Amino acid sequence: MNALLRRVRAWVSIPAVPALLKGGLRGMLILVLLMASPLFAAINAYEFKDPAQEQRFRHLIEELRCPKCQNQTIADSNAPLSQDLRQRVYTMLEEGRGDAEIIEFMVARYGDFITYRPPVKPATWLLWFGPFVLLAAVALGVGIWIRRRARQIPPELSAQERERLRLLLTGSGEESK
Amino acid sequence: MSRRLSVLLALPLAGFLVLLWFLWRGLGNDPSLLPSALIDRPLPVFKAATLDDPGRIVTPADLKGDIALLNVWATWCPSCRAEHEMLRGLASQGVIIYGVNYKDERDKALDWLHTLGNPYRLNIDDAAGQLGIDLGVYGAPETYLLDARGVIRYRHVGVLDDQVWRENFLPRIRMLKGASG
Repeated sequence: MNALLRRVRAWVSIPAVPALLKGGLRGMLILVLLMASPLFAAINAYEFKDPAQEQRFRHLIEELRCPKCQNQTIADSNAPLSQDLRQRVYTMLEEGRGDAEIIEFMVARYGDFITYRPPVKPATWLLWFGPFVLLAAVALGVGIWIRRRARQIPPELSAQERERLRLLLTGSGEESK
Repeated sequence: MSRRLSVLLALPLAGFLVLLWFLWRGLGNDPSLLPSALIDRPLPVFKAATLDDPGRIVTPADLKGDIALLNVWATWCPSCRAEHEMLRGLASQGVIIYGVNYKDERDKALDWLHTLGNPYRLNIDDAAGQLGIDLGVYGAPETYLLDARGVIRYRHVGVLDDQVWRENFLPRIRMLKGASG
């Protein structure tokens, strides 16, 4: 709830917002549309030299998890730490660092926790490959089970059974006699 | 039913038990406590002013030489106030404590030290939180254990109390002392 309040306050502090509110219904509509984009507040303060850089910035801050307010990206969170980390990402982009380099920088300081994409290493093998191993195991088990069952069913009817089947299908009165 | 089949049928149960064990262990974890990525790594390179004297610049070299604590604190942090007495107690026992005044205002911080007492041998002014990022600080208070070479050996997030000190810090300090002496 506090986070929500903070966000609302952040909105009202954007100079355009009170004006929009005064603009009545149309203003409200625009405001609502703007609020639909959670990135708006985070992106607002930064100036990018081209749309590609802005795109990279958006992508990076959505990949990074806020260590303080867990389960939020640093794009979503307005914790002071997230603000600092966003600023650092921006500065590093301005310095011309690569995306991988920026992620590595963060992981070196905050550990794997900070990235929403866990790295593939022995400790995370179970996480990455476990579901596939499980699927293969289940497929194998089901396969074995089906073959076993198929073997248990007698492949042919005996002569006596065939005769009985014929009688049933033709509906002749022999059976009821 | 063949013996092989019964072994096969026991596999899902075994898998379930393994899963149960992991989940059970996970229950006991506090998800807000993150391991530091800097354990057994030297202090990050930094150059920062001290809190007392903005003209004095310190680097990691100034924190080397002895086993010491590096305590990240701020006046806006209630838990820091809660552990302050503990830090003063440790300092009076001869434990070397360096401070990082994290995202704080200098005047308030100096006032705090003046009123509550100063357990720190040295305080680094990290008003912008940049050293904090390099240390991987995500919430004050945090307390790092440094060995004599300035290598980070342990980090505690949250209030440093008597129990934490006895259970997490003292054994490691003894080990470090044993290794060097």
